[in-house]
Amino acid sequence: MSFISYLKDGISLGSIYAIIALGYTMVYGIAKMLNFAHGDVIMVGAFVILAAITKAGLSPLLSVLLAIIVCTVLGVTIEMIAYRPLRKASSNLAVLITAIGVSYLLQNVALLIFGADAKSFVTVIDVPALKLFDGQLTIKGITIVTIIACIVIMAGLTFFVKKTKPGRAMQAVSEDRDAAQLMGINVNATISLTFAIGSGLAAIAGLLLCSAYPTLTPYTGAMPGIKAFVAAVFGGIGSIPGAMIGGILLGVIEIFGRAYISSQVADAIVFAVLIIVLLVRPAGLFGKNIQEKV
Amino acid sequence: MAMLEVKDLHVYYGVIEALKGVSFEVNQGEVIALIGANGAGKTTTLHTLTGLLPAKQGSIIFDGKDITKVPAHKIVHMGIAHVPEGRRVFSELSVYENLIMGAYTRKEKAEIAESLKTVYTRFPRLEERKNQRAGTLSGGEQQMLAMGRALMSKPRIIVMDEPSMGLSPIFVNEIFDIIQKVRETGTTVLLVEQNAKKALTIADRAYVLETGKISLSGKAEDLLHDESVQKAYLGE
Ligand SMILES: Nc1ncnc2c1ncn2[C@@H]1O[C@H](COP(=O)(O)OP(=O)(O)OP(=O)(O)O)[C@@H](O)[C@H]1O
Ligand SMILES: [Mg+2]
Repeated sequence: MSFISYLKDGISLGSIYAIIALGYTMVYGIAKMLNFAHGDVIMVGAFVILAAITKAGLSPLLSVLLAIIVCTVLGVTIEMIAYRPLRKASSNLAVLITAIGVSYLLQNVALLIFGADAKSFVTVIDVPALKLFDGQLTIKGITIVTIIACIVIMAGLTFFVKKTKPGRAMQAVSEDRDAAQLMGINVNATISLTFAIGSGLAAIAGLLLCSAYPTLTPYTGAMPGIKAFVAAVFGGIGSIPGAMIGGILLGVIEIFGRAYISSQVADAIVFAVLIIVLLVRPAGLFGKNIQEKV
Repeated sequence: MAMLEVKDLHVYYGVIEALKGVSFEVNQGEVIALIGANGAGKTTTLHTLTGLLPAKQGSIIFDGKDITKVPAHKIVHMGIAHVPEGRRVFSELSVYENLIMGAYTRKEKAEIAESLKTVYTRFPRLEERKNQRAGTLSGGEQQMLAMGRALMSKPRIIVMDEPSMGLSPIFVNEIFDIIQKVRETGTTVLLVEQNAKKALTIADRAYVLETGKISLSGKAEDLLHDESVQKAYLGE
């Protein structure tokens, strides 16, 4: 029974990675950049929820909505101020370094406002636990919500990208920016929309992460952000199903590693898996074949 | 007044001046050929025309409006469609999805369906393969798709960058037939070609571009018989 229990913990953690990874992968697929500040937007979302509930006395639902709005605006603003001016720059390195700078900026602003000490997160999602096998296996309410949220988001995004007009514009921009413009697609607007969606999802990820692991510091988003990036690469960066599968596999590997091998090296195992996958399949599990692109 | 007027266009890549004062005009209903050797600046001219590259100096007037600084994504809305060099179809999307992408700026569903029918009639191969991924089409089929996609915007002028490049003779003939048919429906055509003979055969007038400058222009028929043109571009 402990195996199943670890498995569900892994899927639950992996679902959170998957939601974060979706943000990474969409931005990479469409804007062709790694937004290393994405993890820190999660932290901002969690702080907004915490402050809205404890300081402003808003209801949990309103607090979450507020966090989604704040993160969406934050993501779009970051793109506009920090990344857009560099879009025509010849070096991708400039954008990457800027993204790392934005990441530190967000962490330090949070440090300034909220301080360095860990805050305990409030209960936002209050769903009763599910008891199975005569009480031998308990699935926490937050676990159920997390997994369902992940599936709904994944299905919604897939529908959006494949079936709606702005979604198809995203596909076009992702494949060929110039050709997309010749169709009449506004590339800047499409990239803004991508950042909006990714950052809105980051707020939800922040809620789920801090509900499952209820301590919050300015660095809370950094490590899950990096792991979600690993998950996105693992699944094949740019691919939506890849981010989902990559995220869940990563969560499961991490929890199993912690349970069966050693909790100290669990993170090392995660990165080792990434290296092995990239050696065998450089484009990731669902990534496009490099040859196909040329 | 000409439909399209390009005046004294100067375009740079960094410090390299690729266009050194290019001027030409296209009248409503004409087929204009723009010929020139590799690296003469043909693609650069078309990219500047549709806003993919900025002009350092000079102007582009379309329908009496200055469109020199209009961003690329607004150009198609004005009635200019660009079939880019190397086709540039969306290879991950199906043939049908590519064509619908061509109608991105249009709103009326019924009119789009009508245009789709017209494109399928003109390119039966595309209808046969409408659910196929565009990346798996042959080169000639991809060229047809790129042309069909451009026609889906119902352009007043269509600019094509080397549509016959890399195609077998049968496909080349088919592509030129289609260009003829496109002009018969009243669409103006600006055609960039390396296949100068074919281009001059179907064009009304032509311009010769040489290292960033127009070196020669006139009736296509006259250029076809011009000695210097024959020597340089027709291999005779
Ligand atoms: N992105 C670029 N950066 C720097 N120089 C460029 C770039 N694109 C084109 N050039 C240069 O500008 C000049 C004109 O190129 P252009 O592509 O317009 O020629 P072309 O007439 O279309 O040639 P082709 O028949 O080979 O397609 C060439 O000398 C080329 O090397
Ligand atoms: Mg060219």
